[in-house]
Amino acid sequence: MHDTSAHAVQHHAPTSFIRKHVFSLDHKVIGKQYYALALAAALIGMVLSWIMRIHLGWANAAIPGLHALSPNGAPGGVLTPEYYLQLMTMHGTIMVFFVLTTAPFAAFGNYFLPIQVGAEDMPFPRFNMMSFWVTFTAFLVLVASFFLGDGPTLGGWTQYAPLNAIGSASGPGQGLGVVLWMISIALFCIGQLLGSLNFISTTLDLRVKGMSLMRLPLSAWAWFITSCMGLTAFSVLMPACILVILDHVAGTSFFVASGLVLNDQVIPHSGGSTLLWQHLFWFFGHPEVYIAIVPGIGIVSHILLANMRKPMLSQRVLIYCMGALAVLSYMVYGHHMFVSGMNPVSALAFSFPTLVITIPATITVLIWVFSLYGSRLRINSASLFALGFISMFVSGGVSGFFLAQPSIDIMLHATYFVVGHFHMVMGVAAMFGIFAGTYFWFPKMSGRMMNETLGKVHFWLSFVGTYCIFMPFHYLGLVGNIRRYSTFVDDFLQPLIPVHRLITVAALITGAAQLVFVYNLIHSRFRGKPASDNPWEATSLEWSTATPPPWDNFGGKHPVVYHDPYQYGVQSSVGDYVMQASPEQVKTDHEEK
Amino acid sequence: MATTVHEPRHLDPRRAPDHGNGGGENSADGDRRLALDYSPPPSSTAIWVVLFAISMMFAAFTSALVVRKGSSMDWRTFKLPSILFFNTLVLFASSVSLEVSRRRIALFMGKVQEQVESPTRWLYVTLCLGVLFVAGQYVAWSQLRGEGLYLATNPSSSFFYVLTVTHALHVLGGLGGLIYVIRKLGKSSLRRSTLEAAARYWHFMDLLWLYLLLLLWVKL
Repeated sequence: MHDTSAHAVQHHAPTSFIRKHVFSLDHKVIGKQYYALALAAALIGMVLSWIMRIHLGWANAAIPGLHALSPNGAPGGVLTPEYYLQLMTMHGTIMVFFVLTTAPFAAFGNYFLPIQVGAEDMPFPRFNMMSFWVTFTAFLVLVASFFLGDGPTLGGWTQYAPLNAIGSASGPGQGLGVVLWMISIALFCIGQLLGSLNFISTTLDLRVKGMSLMRLPLSAWAWFITSCMGLTAFSVLMPACILVILDHVAGTSFFVASGLVLNDQVIPHSGGSTLLWQHLFWFFGHPEVYIAIVPGIGIVSHILLANMRKPMLSQRVLIYCMGALAVLSYMVYGHHMFVSGMNPVSALAFSFPTLVITIPATITVLIWVFSLYGSRLRINSASLFALGFISMFVSGGVSGFFLAQPSIDIMLHATYFVVGHFHMVMGVAAMFGIFAGTYFWFPKMSGRMMNETLGKVHFWLSFVGTYCIFMPFHYLGLVGNIRRYSTFVDDFLQPLIPVHRLITVAALITGAAQLVFVYNLIHSRFRGKPASDNPWEATSLEWSTATPPPWDNFGGKHPVVYHDPYQYGVQSSVGDYVMQASPEQVKTDHEEK
Repeated sequence: MATTVHEPRHLDPRRAPDHGNGGGENSADGDRRLALDYSPPPSSTAIWVVLFAISMMFAAFTSALVVRKGSSMDWRTFKLPSILFFNTLVLFASSVSLEVSRRRIALFMGKVQEQVESPTRWLYVTLCLGVLFVAGQYVAWSQLRGEGLYLATNPSSSFFYVLTVTHALHVLGGLGGLIYVIRKLGKSSLRRSTLEAAARYWHFMDLLWLYLLLLLWVKL
């Protein structure tokens, strides 16, 4: 029998509480820690969005508790414009980094990738543990900036220069607040690089006997492709953050141009290139949004297959599409810079691949839709959120076609049209992917089923709610509502305030619906119906082990893989499916070797 | 790539992952599909991942340098401290000594040579040369400071410090790896893959330094 002990897990079963639950080397515990971090971050990010939305609808509203957090930023609980921007910046930063990158990739990936390839753990458990705690430290550093005297940075999650490179002259939170942001994100990059290291090594080197690359589940492919993207993207953001820190604390001038006078202060830096920051940031930033969504594509495909009970039209093409998205994502980043003053010819050079990248995205959606056609999809919370993902991805994605064209983007850049686009295609879609993954894998992780009724309530409220929130954003953008404004003083924006109020009401209700999910999560963890090892009758390796899996995943026995991961709709001794690790041979139309 | 069955290089069968018992029997579907009998050790993949990430980081710094140089008229070139060329030779010598020690370790692990002192000695030589390199870089920074060129004096000096300090920090990390290898060798529990990974990293630091030297010499 093939002995993998040479690269078997380098740790033994933990005994102490600290080793079991805190500084754990077990990828499953690390995955759950990432999930808990993402959950806490999501709740903070959501509360920030509530505060922003209330202020946008009712500019003079006093928000309880805010005066205590920042007497300068919210005197009497009413947000100043600067404080609005500070909260907006933190909302974006927390959500993009600590929720959308952490939950679908680091949380579910850490938990399930080793199991799905048949390994006992990641090959470098100490680096894995380090990656979580570095990420957690990054989160603490970021949240610490809330408690600075003048608050966190106000320059947007994109932290453009020169606003964010010249120091406190540009506003509250722009001194130490920016430095803390940069340190936090640099730490985050290091954490993600350590994680990517493990993911790539696991996928390439720890696959169990019989598990060829084409027999990997689509979620495993998605995590692998995402980790390759992360490797390339985060290693560019980190040096950029270091250069900004130097501009702040060391008097260098990488990003600050000459001759700036701000608030009657002559800015001492000179000679820097402000556009350089945008190039460095968006070279990371665009792959980052695909890092946020590709795991969701894999997870949703995985869940739909288990619930459709029939194979996809083509698994291989889905894998190629995910790969194409990853490769193309590096060629399109300039579409964030169409109006930055760069050469219009380069705008064309970025617009073309941006339109091309819609092709693999569209093929992915078409494969899903045409695979679903004619299937009898089992309806449960997981499959509902998977369908919701497709809906959000399409609705949010189509507005991208417009933004991809510079001539239209000139009008729509920095309006609510963009905000609606990215919230739907990235924010909501990825959240739905996280929810789908939670409902699907919760039984395996905890040994208990989540409450289906509450799950469906959560789904319908979220689905309708997020459409009510973000569809009007497109209308607002088309009529000229500028983004990143705290109040709408201009004449042409006044008539839009009632729309903002409706959106705010929708946001508060949808936010409350998320508390249903949190309640379900916690209640089911302790009181949920006990789950069997394979409640969904699914085929991939995670369902062939105990629930929850033992510390070495397979109880000392390495599985052997005989089938591809999606043998559904066949006739076998157990039903209409064959598990990957089952030696039983069945008649099948097509099987990956 | 990863699905190819690699022919393991000839080494002590007790070092092979299957302990010399031969490849596992084939498993899937009865159609003699090649299963993974010998996967590359994860540290081999991992070190390429690490080197790729480091390369991307220095690529980002390089593009920042090129753009910054072209964005304004305030770039002042200066002569590189002459000790840098000595440091380059020191680093190159450390790569040579590392290769010598690898040969010795292969002989030792194959039980051809019993004592561990000779390969360890060459590892210590590599370590010392590495420390000498970092010390030499410190001398270079002192020389620049003596000429009045600090981090923020000029964008050219900014990039000099950023690139050389970042490289030196990564060299220090490589020294940590070498210390780990020495300790493992002392306990006779050094895996071939660990040594190869450490060596690849070290040689990469050498190549990276040559690239940086060229970049600084051309641009500064």
